Amino acid sequence: MHVQLRVPAALREGGGGHSVLSFDLDDGSTVDDLLDAIASGYPALERRIRDEQGVLRPHVNIFVGEENIRSQSGAGTVLRTGSEVSILPAISGGFDR
Amino acid sequence: MSETLVMVGTAKGLFSLRSSDGRRGFEVHGPALAGEEVYATCIDNRGPAPRLFAGSVSMHWGPVVRSSDDGGQSWSEENRAAIAFPDDTGAALARIWQLTPGGADEPDVVYAGVEPAALFRSDDGGRSFSLVRALWEHPHRPEWNPGGGGLCLHTVLVHPTDPSRLLIAVSAAGVYRSDDGGASWRASNAGIVVTFLPDAPTPEFGQCVHKVARDAVDPERLYLQHHDGIYRSDDGGGSWTPMESIGGVDFGFPVVAHPTVGDTAYLLPLQGAEYRCTPDGRCIVWRTTDAGRSWSPLTDGLPQSDAHLTVLRDGFTTDGDDPAGLYFGTRSGEVYGSVDGGDSWRVLAAHLPPVLSVRAAPIG
Repeated sequence: MHVQLRVPAALREGGGGHSVLSFDLDDGSTVDDLLDAIASGYPALERRIRDEQGVLRPHVNIFVGEENIRSQSGAGTVLRTGSEVSILPAISGGFDR
Repeated sequence: MSETLVMVGTAKGLFSLRSSDGRRGFEVHGPALAGEEVYATCIDNRGPAPRLFAGSVSMHWGPVVRSSDDGGQSWSEENRAAIAFPDDTGAALARIWQLTPGGADEPDVVYAGVEPAALFRSDDGGRSFSLVRALWEHPHRPEWNPGGGGLCLHTVLVHPTDPSRLLIAVSAAGVYRSDDGGASWRASNAGIVVTFLPDAPTPEFGQCVHKVARDAVDPERLYLQHHDGIYRSDDGGGSWTPMESIGGVDFGFPVVAHPTVGDTAYLLPLQGAEYRCTPDGRCIVWRTTDAGRSWSPLTDGLPQSDAHLTVLRDGFTTDGDDPAGLYFGTRSGEVYGSVDGGDSWRVLAAHLPPVLSVRAAPIG
């Protein structure tokens, strides 16, 4: 199946300069499978989304369509052909910075 | 006339101060890496051209080490993460606290001290790093506790004549040494009193060492700023003895050794463990020229009223030049500099974001 990844401007260098990347995945693949595919082709992009132990970074949101995967099954959220996946920085504030 | 570069890592990016007129004037450039916390900066002058390193962390996108071979005009990162914990450790890189060149005769070696506390070594000029397993697997490590800044390995000292002799420091685990290039490690905190434990003991490890510096002439002489004490070692860290107190204000973060003159070091004490600002609203750098037996205040050009400044452990440095340039940055965004060994100071930059790290050297 075919899915598209929207790459935020801050990460485009790691994504080869592309704003949208396309991936062909097996049917039933999850967001985690997509991230593995990103790691194979664009490791400098993938490591900004999850750490070296495969854990999603806490201030990164991943949307499948309009749904945040945190309100679904997290990285186990199942993708469908034609899914549009967006990587977005969370609105984070209040820290001493 | 060579250029002097002062790298200033801040909570919001990397700035550089550049002088091409013998350090009379400095121009402020930046920020590069805007929005990222730059805790580690490094100028590696061992190669034919200076290579700069910056270890930063984005709140959103995590930590990364970058390098520059054009004096900081551009920065690049490796496609594969240069520093990453192996799968079997279960650990993930949180922050890069220190980037240190290896010995003069091993120009491709670079060390990285990170959080969670670990040492990484590069043998390819900083393009890729490997975990130093013997330290990670040290039996003490499960008992290490974090200081206020996190469980960080913040100091790496490579012996100038024998690069297989390494000294590292961790907050709050203390000093560890290796004499075999990192293959084995032993705690080296004898004599350092832990006042934050009942009865002020001197345990084998658990000290909150803030920074260690090596004397310019005697490589076995070290100066150490502990959480609330200042110490000297004359045997390469084998044992530590208290230095003369600076008016009872022995808390602070950085310690800097003069780059060429022996027995000479600098401290910037802060008031108490809670306030952590310059005492009495006065910013004073203290200098010893007798290896810590006595200290003299350096105030010319530094604010002496209403100055409640904080200087972090890597916020004070020397450029290694002659006469020595000294530079420190504050959490309130000023960078002060001295080009006469500390006798006089001036503001080189102001209104920057909180300063986390400062490194300086002549380049080109």
